Amino acid sequence: HAVAPGNVILEGKIKTPDFDATWAGAHRIVTVEARSRRQNATPMEPRAAHASYDRVTGRVTLTCTTQMPHLTRTAVADILGFPESDLRVIAPDVGGGFGQKMSLAPEYVVLVWLARKLRSSVAWTEDRRENLIASFHSRDQYLTLQGAFDKDAKLIALKGDILSNVGAYSCFPTTSGVEPLMGMAELPGPYDVQHYDCRARGVITNTCTMAPYRGVSRPVITFTLERLMDRAARAFAIDTVDIRRRNLIDKFPYISAAGLKFDEATYKETLEMAVKAIDVPAFRKRQKEAHEKGRYLGIGFATFSERTGYGSPAFAARGMEITPGWETVTLTVDPSGFIEARIGSSPHGQGLRTTLAQIIADEIGVEPQMIKVVHGDTDTAPYGWGTFASRSLVISGGASLIAAQKVRAKLIKIASHMLEAAPGDIVLEQGQAKVAGTDRFVTIAKMAREAYTQTHRFKGEIEPGLTESGTYDPPGTFSNACHVAIVEVDVETGHTKVEKYLVAEDAGKIINPMIADGQVHGGIAQGIGNALLEEIIYDEQGSPLTATLADFMPPTAHEIPEIELHHIETPSTESITKAKGLGEGGLIGSPAAVVNAINDALASFGVSIDEIPATPQRVRAALREAGAKT
Amino acid sequence: MTDKIDLTLTINGRDHAIKVEPRRTLADAIREDCGQTGTHIGCEHGVCGACTVIVDGEPVRSCLMFAAQASGKNIRTVEGLAKGDALHPLQQAFMDHHGLQCGFCTPGFLMLAAGVLEREPNINDEDLLDVLSSNLCRCTGYQNIIKAVRAAAIEMRK
Repeated sequence: HAVAPGNVILEGKIKTPDFDATWAGAHRIVTVEARSRRQNATPMEPRAAHASYDRVTGRVTLTCTTQMPHLTRTAVADILGFPESDLRVIAPDVGGGFGQKMSLAPEYVVLVWLARKLRSSVAWTEDRRENLIASFHSRDQYLTLQGAFDKDAKLIALKGDILSNVGAYSCFPTTSGVEPLMGMAELPGPYDVQHYDCRARGVITNTCTMAPYRGVSRPVITFTLERLMDRAARAFAIDTVDIRRRNLIDKFPYISAAGLKFDEATYKETLEMAVKAIDVPAFRKRQKEAHEKGRYLGIGFATFSERTGYGSPAFAARGMEITPGWETVTLTVDPSGFIEARIGSSPHGQGLRTTLAQIIADEIGVEPQMIKVVHGDTDTAPYGWGTFASRSLVISGGASLIAAQKVRAKLIKIASHMLEAAPGDIVLEQGQAKVAGTDRFVTIAKMAREAYTQTHRFKGEIEPGLTESGTYDPPGTFSNACHVAIVEVDVETGHTKVEKYLVAEDAGKIINPMIADGQVHGGIAQGIGNALLEEIIYDEQGSPLTATLADFMPPTAHEIPEIELHHIETPSTESITKAKGLGEGGLIGSPAAVVNAINDALASFGVSIDEIPATPQRVRAALREAGAKT
Repeated sequence: MTDKIDLTLTINGRDHAIKVEPRRTLADAIREDCGQTGTHIGCEHGVCGACTVIVDGEPVRSCLMFAAQASGKNIRTVEGLAKGDALHPLQQAFMDHHGLQCGFCTPGFLMLAAGVLEREPNINDEDLLDVLSSNLCRCTGYQNIIKAVRAAAIEMRK
């Protein structure tokens, strides 16, 4: 490409002042050259869409699997050059996305164009083969990290080089540079190091476009950083837990070398919690006994930060042309007293309808069953950015709370009017407004009816209707966790079995424990897949070799062990619900924990496996290279 | 191969007289020709199991079977699990244990588990894990699917 010498389409650099002097004064430099192979997010439902032209109104209704219906509408109308009001986008129950469905599918644009051209209906359904070959890919990169440590194994400077194969084309809205650029911004992760030098490059090739996939960049930077920490521990002959103790952030707010503000979290506390829960001494004993019988067990740790719920300033800092961030929730108590929340987020399996209903119900003093959360239709939902980047609970949750606070205030006003009591004496609970200390009350249903049909009684003091909106655009808040994997490696076949998995995590206030745990479980399963199984492979001619789920292999129930979760709840100061996001964390920590465990299992062979997926072939190749007699 | 043939599919006790090409898969016939869209198609390679239905008592991948092969047989799909407003114990357990997130794989897991638990009500945990490894889920990490199926097995034995 003439416009991009060496096919390098983007290059980012960051270097802190005094880096060179600090680097020169290092006691020891530790290097890791890591490789993350190409992966596909693989939602169980491939992409599909239906565009229907209405000859009476001239409007098109596009029903499609997307994580961002409003931005799809904006983009399609922009590209085809017609008013947005002539397009309605509906995201019905979407069968998983994991980031793959946040990028605009070019096929959807073609479909709308065709529907208008033919004045008819057109449908397109992707099959699995097409999804694996030609939807969006992710992760494909080389990441070299060099850590400069002082004599006490404290990391004093970090040098990084991220080289990412971003595919043939860009994607909308994040661009295909999202992996390398975010990787550069999010390093050095949860570790306290103020001297940082990084270069991030994206190279265009004749492969499928790279786009966001759950965790974006952080599974790879965490994998590489955590390999670096384990290697450094080995070089200093100290314990892998000790080196983390010496380097994790513990003073807040912490400003990272790349300029990110880390709010209060529990990096060290979750590490200690996990170490205790997994019982390291007992494992080491079991490991030794197994080793004597020719069996190879290993334990791996991963500590990480997960930036969640970040609003428009964070996207603006990346210099993006489009800066998503805020969310709006419109809350209506209808004349029957039931409550409808229209949200701009677009959940597709995250349980957001349940959690938002809980937030609203708590604030208004009703049962969550009274609340219907409506999403995914640009004709009914307020403009919003959709569901991605561990943002919806924090941002849409915050907007829900603001809207609910406004509804609450108005209900108190109406109650005060109807019950002829001072607003300060009104208590909202159990679907009623009560006058404190008396038996006088009025139900929300009655107040709602009054707000629509008896407004003459308000004498102009209260506006008719019962609809309020809340918009929230927070700065972002960091969740954190420590993951531990115990694996057994069969040195003859190179096969790894994850025997046990344990997580100690902190995602702020947990609104719904069952849903939160479900998110972590799912992320870990994907991470174990990324660590051991999943790889998009092209042959030398560029033909894809992994076009079925028998070749690109997401894990089954067999590959996922029982997952033990422990929680700490540090209320977020950067989120009005005190909740932090946690949608991506499961996948951020697990490749690192699993591969560190493999390396621990194979420590006696002196091998180092720094590539994901760590397939049996790669493990065997490493063992052969090390001259292992197996 | 493009000449259509007449056949009757009996789905959840109801006959559907349809006219399809001999190469029409059972999955496509159930969804497109009989309008029962609860059965989902995730890969059409017989790997993911989202399209699992029960044919004459056995869970099968409906994407790997021709509609013609299922003619005259008793086909059960997820639409037939609930009895009126009463959910099947498996459906109730999936709700109670948060055994689904996006829900796309759920009909396949429900039919797989229903078929197996009807055949082997006392199946042990290890064999159950083997069976559940037939299907793919991308959301749940399987933890709550396994919990839900174990809970439903107990309920179904009552």
